[in-house]
Amino acid sequence: MEELMDILQEFEPGVDFEHCTDLIDGKILNSLEILSLVAEIEDVFDITIPTVEIAPDNFNSAQAMWNMICRLQEEE
Amino acid sequence: MTSYCSFPFLFLFLPAVIAVYQLMPEKKRPYVLLVASYLFFWLISGKLLVFLLFTTASIYSIGKRLDREGEKKDALLKTAPREEKKAIRQLCQKNQRRWLALGIFLQLGILLTIKYSGFFVENINQLLKWQQIEPLIKVPQFVMPIGISFYTLQAFSYLTDVYRGVTKAEPKLSRLALYMSFFPGLMEGPICRYRDMADQLSAGGKITYHQLTYGVQRILYGMIKKVVIADRLNPLVQELFDSGTAYDGGLMFVALFAFTCQEYMEFSGTMDVVIGTAQIFGIKMAENFERPFFSRTISEFWRRWHITLGTWFKDYIFYPVSMAGPMKKLTKNTRKSLGSYYSPLLAGTVALFCVWSLNGLWHGAGWNYIGFGMFHFVLIALGNFVEPPVAWAARKIGLQRECFPWRLFQMLRTAFLVGMGEVIFRASSLQQGLQMLKTMFTSFSLSSVKDGTLFALGIDRHDFLITAVALCLVLTVSILQERGIKIRDYIAAQKTPVRWLIYYGAVLFVVVFGAYGNGYLPIDPIYAGF
Repeated sequence: MEELMDILQEFEPGVDFEHCTDLIDGKILNSLEILSLVAEIEDVFDITIPTVEIAPDNFNSAQAMWNMICRLQEEE
Repeated sequence: MTSYCSFPFLFLFLPAVIAVYQLMPEKKRPYVLLVASYLFFWLISGKLLVFLLFTTASIYSIGKRLDREGEKKDALLKTAPREEKKAIRQLCQKNQRRWLALGIFLQLGILLTIKYSGFFVENINQLLKWQQIEPLIKVPQFVMPIGISFYTLQAFSYLTDVYRGVTKAEPKLSRLALYMSFFPGLMEGPICRYRDMADQLSAGGKITYHQLTYGVQRILYGMIKKVVIADRLNPLVQELFDSGTAYDGGLMFVALFAFTCQEYMEFSGTMDVVIGTAQIFGIKMAENFERPFFSRTISEFWRRWHITLGTWFKDYIFYPVSMAGPMKKLTKNTRKSLGSYYSPLLAGTVALFCVWSLNGLWHGAGWNYIGFGMFHFVLIALGNFVEPPVAWAARKIGLQRECFPWRLFQMLRTAFLVGMGEVIFRASSLQQGLQMLKTMFTSFSLSSVKDGTLFALGIDRHDFLITAVALCLVLTVSILQERGIKIRDYIAAQKTPVRWLIYYGAVLFVVVFGAYGNGYLPIDPIYAGF
């Protein structure tokens, strides 16, 4: 989780990722930022994120992203 | 019944559906909506209803097959050893993909044949003519079922969501049929997702006082936009676009402004009527507009205009293209050299090109629509590429990008650029659209305004005045909404005489200043033609 927080903080330094739960719904992250984030996460955690996972439920908060990463790691 | 704002719909069809719906027991109410929806379709498109029935039946059975394959996969994965899981997943996914491909082929096949075959054959004939090859191919002509472009996208999203496991396949045909045909959204959307609509549509709840009043208020507001503004501007817009560049550049600016206003008022007004109608039955449809002319960039504009189409393209075209294998490789390989902003932008721009090519074509089979799509693609892509240097330059010169004058400048600039795209969109051909834009800047003159020509183009000074007052009203409402004020809640909290004064005032405004009856030609529902 710490690694993910580091990625996110580097990404958008002004955002409170620990508590924010509407990163997508609140339009804090746009579609290009999501692409960049996906590339970074895939690289760091050595997973493949399929298109189907690009949903607000998986990217609205750091916790949701972390849950997705753990699930995908388990599946692979 | 030609539109949702027509007399037969608002004063005959809708009240009859409301009465029958309310009289029926709860369990039967969804069937009332289904029968009403098919009747509505049949009244407009007659026997072409068969297309909608075929689409519904095909996605129903293919959805169930997709679900079965998914269940098979889950059952196998439960008992399989870890090293075999990947192979099982891949095999089952292959089967699912085949069914999804069949479903998409059927839906797109119908749409391509009916909507685009004429356009493609015309272009092939043009090529044959240039090569002096005879005989030419006969251009096929089809009558389009109402709303085919909208319900096809809904069918596509249903199948894809079942394939992705986002939603379960619907076991009850009547529920899926109602999602595909729900009459308020049939002609012009919004393009709804199955998971958001299915339970609401089959709830069959009683119509409450709150639902009825809020729904009717929303309809009334939509009528002001559509009947008072969009329909009143119609003769002017028709004259300016029919005559093309016969007029000077000053009037071309008027054409840009008038059509942009007209289209926004027509489409968003109709959406108010549509969403208000659904609200009466306790159904919350997705919003399609979020005050787009307050946008500061073209990207933001398209997140606020025809929202459901934008999100559809984002979910089913943008992400699948930008996250396809080769695109991911491109992003990965360029990350070190281009950095975390520009490297995903390459894949994003390729995906954006696909989105805007399809977005243009979705609006119509014509080069002007493709030109409209490309115009926006270039603007958005350029905006994305220059953002970092612009931000850097703004910091260097100490420009406050959040100050009001700068935001206002950005809003006006965005609105003007959108207006330019609308001229291409409305023109009879791409050539005419470009010519009109050229005339704006090469033959600009205010003489048509000074000598009164402007007031002899189908609407007079009084029409302009009424339109301006109504536009000010919409602007005021929009500003209040931008500030988070819930106007209908505010009105509902007022004392009875004040409330009814407002309601009667709005009704009278439409009745007195609406452009309807003899001598008026209401605008055709623009988006229903797509």
